[in-house]
Amino acid sequence: MMKRILLAVAFLIPSAVFAAGPSMPLDKANYDLTDNASLQRGAQIFMNYCLGCHNAQYQRYQRTFEDIGIPVDLGEELLQFTGDGVGSHMVSAIDKSAAAEWFGLTPPDLTLVSRVRGADWLYTFFRSFYADESRPFGVNNVIFENVGMPWMLEELQGTPRKVTETKVVNGKEQEVTVLTTDGNGRLNAEEFDQAMLDLTNFLVYVGEPVKLERQRMGLFVIGFLFVLLVLTILLKKEYWRDVK
Amino acid sequence: MSNAPVDKGRRRFLTVATSVVGAAGAVGAAVPFIASWNPSAKARIAGAPVEVKIDKIELGQLVRVEWRGSPVWIIRRTPEMLASLNETEKNLRDPDSQVAQQPVYAQNQHRSIKPEWFIAVGICTHLGCSPQFIPKSFSVAEGVESGFFCPCHGSRFDIAGRVFQSVPAPTNLVIPPYYFVDDNTVIIGEDEGTA
Amino acid sequence: MNRIIEWIDARIPMSNTMKLHVTQYPAPKNFNIWYIMGSLALVVLVNQIVTGIWLTMNYVPSAEGAFASVEYIMRDVEYGWLLRYMHSTGASAFFVVVYLHMFRGLMYGSYQKPRELLWIFGMLIFLVLMAEAFMGYMLPWGQMSYWGAQVIISLFGAIPIVGDELTTWIRGDYVISGATLNRFFALHVIALPLVLVILVFLHLIALHEVGSNNPDGIDTKRKKGSVPKEEQSPFEFHKHYADKYDIVDSVPFHPYYTVKDLVGLAGFLILFALVIFYAPTMGGFFLEPPNFEAADPMRTPEHIAPVWYFTPFYAILRAVPIKLLGVILMFGAIVLLFLLPWIDRGNTRSMRYRSIWHKLNIFQFVISFIVLGYLGVKPATDIYTMMAQIFTFLYFAFFVFLWFYSKNEKTKPLPERLTK
Repeated sequence: MMKRILLAVAFLIPSAVFAAGPSMPLDKANYDLTDNASLQRGAQIFMNYCLGCHNAQYQRYQRTFEDIGIPVDLGEELLQFTGDGVGSHMVSAIDKSAAAEWFGLTPPDLTLVSRVRGADWLYTFFRSFYADESRPFGVNNVIFENVGMPWMLEELQGTPRKVTETKVVNGKEQEVTVLTTDGNGRLNAEEFDQAMLDLTNFLVYVGEPVKLERQRMGLFVIGFLFVLLVLTILLKKEYWRDVK
Repeated sequence: MSNAPVDKGRRRFLTVATSVVGAAGAVGAAVPFIASWNPSAKARIAGAPVEVKIDKIELGQLVRVEWRGSPVWIIRRTPEMLASLNETEKNLRDPDSQVAQQPVYAQNQHRSIKPEWFIAVGICTHLGCSPQFIPKSFSVAEGVESGFFCPCHGSRFDIAGRVFQSVPAPTNLVIPPYYFVDDNTVIIGEDEGTA
Repeated sequence: MNRIIEWIDARIPMSNTMKLHVTQYPAPKNFNIWYIMGSLALVVLVNQIVTGIWLTMNYVPSAEGAFASVEYIMRDVEYGWLLRYMHSTGASAFFVVVYLHMFRGLMYGSYQKPRELLWIFGMLIFLVLMAEAFMGYMLPWGQMSYWGAQVIISLFGAIPIVGDELTTWIRGDYVISGATLNRFFALHVIALPLVLVILVFLHLIALHEVGSNNPDGIDTKRKKGSVPKEEQSPFEFHKHYADKYDIVDSVPFHPYYTVKDLVGLAGFLILFALVIFYAPTMGGFFLEPPNFEAADPMRTPEHIAPVWYFTPFYAILRAVPIKLLGVILMFGAIVLLFLLPWIDRGNTRSMRYRSIWHKLNIFQFVISFIVLGYLGVKPATDIYTMMAQIFTFLYFAFFVFLWFYSKNEKTKPLPERLTK
């Protein structure tokens, strides 16, 4: 079954304080940083499709492979297409000035995109492209209007279309815009959603590679501080018995 | 706030317990500050083993490569140079390389894996200058034609990096871990089989 | 051990200073939780200085290198991420405890005679802290760093005649640039911290000269000979205090308040660690999402807002449609706080014994401050601007009301001794 993104235009939720882009309800990205298989699939998509033009210039291949459970020599062989050694940063081989001319601006670095935009935005963005002949690259995006990039994942997703349908929403008939595809991609809709979740997961990881370690360490620190708190309370009570 | 007399034992116990736990916390808090002085990922990658092609090096020639920011010498020694190693031994501080300045596979007279190839960190063991390679007319006093001379404080080493007596440098030159991948390629910076 | 101490004491007054300011310093015995904030501010200051020094070891103060060096700290330096989060969370924590500390002073009249100078030093600390935080926020050289600095520095352009030249002079360029970054770096890492430490020292000296206020706002150091011996505090205090006064209801700072402050410190550290380890960006309030994008002088982010601790003043600025007046009001909002000891003409310190008007006035002031803080992060729509105007009015009305009613305020009788 074609899973569709409902754009309930009638129920626009005011944008959150820091949300970027126009006001559109975002789909929740239930990513899982502990799921190495998902991160590895996401890495594969990222290296094959995104890194052609974009950088992740603050992140190193070697660390990435180690963190998401890929043997370093295997990763270097199968996933690394650029750079000088497995310790190097993930920098695209594209000629930056040529790219700027081609796209109108240098493709932005993606290391921290998940921290700027948020996981939900990314997950929704990947699934919101649609064919639009008026655009130079033949595609547009629902939550990023007039996006200046070609849609690299069409071969996976199939040609995405934006169509208007009449639907019953909350008991009323309404015109709603839905996104669908021609079904000519390598993945079906569910597989594609999963792939985009994997990609989102990977970008969240790249945004803050230390996140899991941070959360694990917090447990020990806070546990320790609770012991200290109990002791200081007892100590304080003991001393303040002097005070009448 | 009772009128009970002060329980000295309990008070002392709680004071000590809190102090000990607090001190442990202070030590723990110091860990990130101390650890952050370790070489960063960038430095560690820059210090990764280097691969060197050696097929173009001629007899008697020295080639410098950078490893962990230091010069590493690769010298293809002539038979005369190797022969001179027998003559210097009586004047050396540590002719048998007893001091651990080299991997075990370089603890021999020529201080290398293959006698012809001498690979060493080109940093004087005295105060860190880089000695000069002198292939001809090295030192009349030591009676050999080739060796290393440090311009900073006049330390001298023979062509296997062994330090002469009566110079300030205390030990032989450092030999880095290395291995030959094949006859034409050497990896400097790690032992064979550790990768 | 004793001989070492004697040796030192013969050369500097170590033991005496310890007794004078710590082990025999009289502190009122009824401090409540509001009195923890001063100690916590000191702890946070130390945290900021130490983590700041460590960050400086890897930070690159240049327009080309700053952003990348922060990511280098976050990724390549061992525990660099922790040092940075400790510093960024510490900045917000500093303002949390300082605002609560100021609120405590407001509630219990700690600014009143004879503590005017103590209050002034505190306000100077607050002012320097704001400058320090503003300059520090510029250093990561993200989009918010850049455009926030752009907006704040442009404020000085409102000053008549010299405005434009002044802003150019502050920036050292026609826009914010590497020149601005470098001078702000120098001020942030050495000049202002030095001033801050000196002011904190003066703040503490002034405090120990006049003694701590307390939630009842009555004096615990009475005229010599006015209190019978059995009514006086049973503890031994330094003769510097005991010779001049009869001391009631007080305890030595150490060990009683050191152990009490330790409880507060442990509790505070738990909250602090929760933020560092589980919400270092605090939902975009401590570290704003656009600041994860490198500064781009060609493109302003869609919505820019200052960090939360500046937003009340930012809301006042935006509430006024005339640029110069907005700037005057914003600075006026801080200047009036300086003048608080003279605006309040009453003699009763603690709001516990003051009129209902005073309680209501403080209440509305706090509400106004919080609402203005909220409005400062929201985009300036018509309705929000109107609200900002109303609450700006109320903010200033606090001082006007206070000046009028405090002259002949009907207060409750003060207790003879401290209450619980």
